[in-house]
Amino acid sequence: MSQPGEWPLWEVFIRAKRGLSHQHVGSLHAADAETAVRNARDVYTRRQEGVSIWVVPAADITASSPDEKDAFFDPAADKAYRHPTFYEIPEGVQHI
Amino acid sequence: MSATVTDQDVAIYALRLGDDALVLSHRLAEWAASAPEIEEDIALTNIGLDLLGQARNLLTLAGAREGEGRDEDALAFGRNEREFSNVQLVEQPRGDFAATIARQLLFSVYQLPLYAELTGSADEDLAAIAAKAVKEVRYHRDHAAGWLLRLGDGTEESSRRMQDALDRIWPFHHELFETDELLDRLVAAGVAADPQVLHRSWLDGVVPLVEQATLRVPEDGMRRPTGGRAGRHGEALGHMLAEMQWLHRSEPGARW
Repeated sequence: MSQPGEWPLWEVFIRAKRGLSHQHVGSLHAADAETAVRNARDVYTRRQEGVSIWVVPAADITASSPDEKDAFFDPAADKAYRHPTFYEIPEGVQHI
Repeated sequence: MSATVTDQDVAIYALRLGDDALVLSHRLAEWAASAPEIEEDIALTNIGLDLLGQARNLLTLAGAREGEGRDEDALAFGRNEREFSNVQLVEQPRGDFAATIARQLLFSVYQLPLYAELTGSADEDLAAIAAKAVKEVRYHRDHAAGWLLRLGDGTEESSRRMQDALDRIWPFHHELFETDELLDRLVAAGVAADPQVLHRSWLDGVVPLVEQATLRVPEDGMRRPTGGRAGRHGEALGHMLAEMQWLHRSEPGARW
């Protein structure tokens, strides 16, 4: 969280090129959304990293808790049938 | 009527514009590691690097047209203060953040129509340099305008300091729009941008921004510093050049 007198924190998402989705690249401080986009342009796209920028107030992100890691993610570990590679494709099926 | 211009004329013109960009780029580089926030640090040095790129192109062009075998480095690092033809606006010490923003505003609002006009220059090299630079300067203008608005229409202190900075730097803008016999010929030949046209665009650009920032447009007084184009500079430029040039002068041809 930001301290009093400090600019709030923003998370920055950059789209590398048309057709790709925005990826999280890092964070920065800025007084408001408009300056956050400008700062992101200066900090994260100096080497032609992107064609589009999103900024999101870090405080507005609701994240999963590291304490809940086991309950959240481990149960998926032994469910191999959720992967398409689990299934054998019958001979003769085309266009897959 | 088409006037005759020589390579020498274009060399002098390119050198003037190049020196403006070079000196200001160095003033902005002085903010490295000193800006109010790290994000702003990067923004100011990015703008400085844009200007340095413009300076390199313009000095290279000046050297080529001059025909005395001087490259960009020889011109940037091998000339004395009296041989620099930048306006005094750009050599002023960087001051506080408000002073830097005030100068960036006055200069970028001048450079934007300058380069926009030069994209149609009869000199193809100048036109090509301007075409690349004009996009960069549009961002410089937006950066300065954004801060002018925030500081001018911010707190009591930020407004007072922004107004002070604007009042102090304002008299230096006149020199940007001076003309002389050389410039008249270059304008007539369609090579250079017309200072009168630039001055009108500049006023149209600066005044609404200052008013929007709830600041007062300074009045034009009697004090109008001049002489930079002829090599007459304030004390500050000598100190700046000493720092900028000492490495090249003590280790000629030094490389990374």
